Amino acid sequence: MTGSTERRFNHPMKKMPKLAVWKFTSCDGCQLSLLDCEDELLLLAEQIDIAYFMEASSRQIDGPYDLSIVEGSITTTDEAERIQQIRQQSQILITIGACASSGGIQALRNFADVKEFTSLIYAKPEYIATLKTSSAISDHVQVDFVLQGCPINKTQLLEVLSAYLNQRKPQIPAHSVCMECKLRGNICVMVAHGTPCMGPVTHAGCGAICPAYNRGCYGCFGPKENPNSASLSHWWQTELGSDKATLLENFRNMNAAAPAFATQSLKFIEADHEKK
Amino acid sequence: MKARSATSFILPSDKLNSLIHSLQQAGYQVVGPVIVDQAIIYDQIKSADDLPQGWTDEQEAGRYRLKRRQDAAYFGFNVGPNSWKKYLQLPRRQVWQAHKTADGIEIEPVNAAITPLAFLGVRSCELHAIAIQDRVFLSGEYHNEDYKQRRQSIFTVAVNCTQAAATCFCTSMNTGPAVSLPCDLEITEIINDNEHYFLLRSGSEKGQLILQQLPVTPATSAHQQQEKTAINQAEKQMSVGPRVFDSSDLQALLYRNYENPLWSDIAQRCLSCANCTMVCPTCFCSSVEDTTDLSGDHAERWEQWDSCFTADFSYIHGGSVRPDTRSRYRQWMTHKLATWHEQFNTSGCVGCGRCIAWCPVGIDITEEIVRFQESDTP
Repeated sequence: MTGSTERRFNHPMKKMPKLAVWKFTSCDGCQLSLLDCEDELLLLAEQIDIAYFMEASSRQIDGPYDLSIVEGSITTTDEAERIQQIRQQSQILITIGACASSGGIQALRNFADVKEFTSLIYAKPEYIATLKTSSAISDHVQVDFVLQGCPINKTQLLEVLSAYLNQRKPQIPAHSVCMECKLRGNICVMVAHGTPCMGPVTHAGCGAICPAYNRGCYGCFGPKENPNSASLSHWWQTELGSDKATLLENFRNMNAAAPAFATQSLKFIEADHEKK
Repeated sequence: MKARSATSFILPSDKLNSLIHSLQQAGYQVVGPVIVDQAIIYDQIKSADDLPQGWTDEQEAGRYRLKRRQDAAYFGFNVGPNSWKKYLQLPRRQVWQAHKTADGIEIEPVNAAITPLAFLGVRSCELHAIAIQDRVFLSGEYHNEDYKQRRQSIFTVAVNCTQAAATCFCTSMNTGPAVSLPCDLEITEIINDNEHYFLLRSGSEKGQLILQQLPVTPATSAHQQQEKTAINQAEKQMSVGPRVFDSSDLQALLYRNYENPLWSDIAQRCLSCANCTMVCPTCFCSSVEDTTDLSGDHAERWEQWDSCFTADFSYIHGGSVRPDTRSRYRQWMTHKLATWHEQFNTSGCVGCGRCIAWCPVGIDITEEIVRFQESDTP
């Protein structure tokens, strides 16, 4: 977390802060993580005024809001305008999930021609008003904290909310999934089984669920800080015998447009073109 | 190899359970090698049936595979992803909790009940690793009380290595393969065409008390010769292997090569994923996290393994001191092999090879040392 974010978290709180939860292009799964906090939801409602949360209640209190939680990516011009308004109304803005933090699975369009495939799918493609790309919220407005994951981990969401309410830094480490594996006692699936695993380049947060069940991490929490996608890919290809499809499947997933993954997947395509 | 003064005894291999049961009766929970998810790790042992009998580990840089052995050896493998540090410096533990009171906060220490553990199958390199962690946590002005209590209650059954994995380099670090530090019991497993037995020696009063309860017979000089031959075999395997190097001048070498472009070359491959530090039996760094619940009335402090390969590790006001992989790998290797000497009067490396095998992209610390030696201009 940056120094400026810490400052913004340390606001004086006299009355109950107002919370708004916003949806952009997304599946709603991350918002659901908040509703999934069943045991803590009442406690949360005692600490924060849930002023706008359409998935939970039709009650809508006007802004400004102390805290906005934003789910989803920007895929239309309307959304691009709406996020500006939300930013203006929000003292703190937190994004949740892969869509909001890197464009989500729908950012696969960024690697293709939107016009071409809308014309193939829709009877009247002229009705489709969509941008050429799906982009992260941080590409449009300043974001105070990014909580990665597809979907996010609800315990981490509660940690971020607790940190906000208690004016402290959230404990959301940006290191690899590998550290979670080792802390949990998982056996490394790459080293011991030869299974391609995204863990070494993926942001911690899930608790290393997939390797705990003997499958490779598929990177749903997006890139960790300082990832080395090139070295990992090289090892998969040369030592584990991974083919291009395996590499693309893993790097073009729900975090396909995250720069560390996108740069790498474009290299696979380029390498393919060179061969031809 | 050190002189073996203590009297040696013979325990037939089918009586190994007597050792495990004697330890259990003495109040120890026995922990030792078991197979989980195609790797040999350390976990609770109820009887000799839990041990990886007839299995061995094939290790190379970034690669670990279990293989069936031709014989029924109980300790016919080397080291896996676990080290004993997981029982002494817990991966994650709560340090204290606090509650808001009418006139402030009340802090309560969290003292977990400590079960005395018997470590069955400690390799010589691992005894050295424990001794290094002892210096870190128990010497000097500040002690880690949790480590101290766990450490005091353990019983060590050390095993002489009679074979070496391809990743082993204890001979280069002078930590093995023969048990060369004190332990409670020292055993060597001998298998030949018509015999399978353990040679036992006690190394402490606690060890003597256990040994007295076992169905052992005195060892002959022939038995001791067999032991010597078996341990020599491990030494020989390492001496002809690719991971032999001269470790006598590593401090000066690394200080001279602080700006060597090789660091950038390593950084091209290194994932900064922290696996090497997690599997290292001497890496001791931990982070301390304070958390609150939603109400803010309850707070907790947790300690967990940390790594110099993360950005948070060197984060101070304004940013991370070591933002890139080059500086992180250099910090790790230079600390491990050089500055550790100044800090703790010992190398931080015991030559167990875990960091080599469990690096997901096979970065080999011994290979890198040799590259520094070759490109060095003193």
